[in-house]
Amino acid sequence: MTLYDEAFARGARHADAPLRPVGLDVAPDGAQTHAVMSEQDLLTVRHAVRSATVAAGFALVDQTRIVTAASELARNAYVHGGGGSLTIEVLGHGARGGVRLTVRDNGPGIPDLDKALTDGWTTGTGLGHGLGGARRLMHEFGVDTTVGEGTTVTAVRWNNR
Amino acid sequence: MNAPRPSAVPILRLGDVLVTGLLNELDDTSALTFTDELTERIVADGARGVLIDVSRLDLIDSFVARTLTELATMARLLGARVIVAGMRPAVAITLVELGLQLKGVETALNAEQGMHALGWQQTARSPRGDAYDALR
Repeated sequence: MTLYDEAFARGARHADAPLRPVGLDVAPDGAQTHAVMSEQDLLTVRHAVRSATVAAGFALVDQTRIVTAASELARNAYVHGGGGSLTIEVLGHGARGGVRLTVRDNGPGIPDLDKALTDGWTTGTGLGHGLGGARRLMHEFGVDTTVGEGTTVTAVRWNNR
Repeated sequence: MNAPRPSAVPILRLGDVLVTGLLNELDDTSALTFTDELTERIVADGARGVLIDVSRLDLIDSFVARTLTELATMARLLGARVIVAGMRPAVAITLVELGLQLKGVETALNAEQGMHALGWQQTARSPRGDAYDALR
């Protein structure tokens, strides 16, 4: 199975790249994890992320950025990853606060991460993974993916940055 | 003839214009059903224009953006002009940063201006001349 081996090798390369530690220096207020297993869950997750951004003191445009990014990542996990989960953490409040999203799935993984990150940027039609778009909406962004095992995306947006 | 589940999005007809709007609670399946319904109504009603109000949407992600783009293209192929009206400023900012431009989709500041662009004029008096009784 040459094709499989190639895909696995490419995935392994990404797996070797460590997940950038994202916002780990701030202790979160508390984490809440939501299942992303259905279309209804996609709506539920959006409401939950909106509430968290309000709790963290974000203004309306930032709220919209974060909820949109969460929607893209959750949809990836649901559509491409066969379902997964989204964890929301509020990192402090106000000017020094932020929100961290962690989206996990046990799907097929992303064989070509660089391409997945540029898809949305180049086509602009939403036909890609929406990964590049979500990255642009957030301050910090890390992807840990292994072909055949799954993908974890971690993203943080800070207030007043 | 198998009847699909309705999308629960009302589509009103005003002359040769169809008027409709999207809500936040629209899930993916309903969005696709809505696309089917709207294109069928364009043909059935002989619509020349479609106004889609998005003022209730507090976010437009790549899926909704793609739905709107495809709708505009389908309607154009059917001879109708689509205007997306009432996008919130925060949504517009986020869409651009997301890298989505809604290419080929005509927009208007609000539903009123959208209807104006589609050939509808606001009149100060009701057609019968008895103005605003219903509002008192």
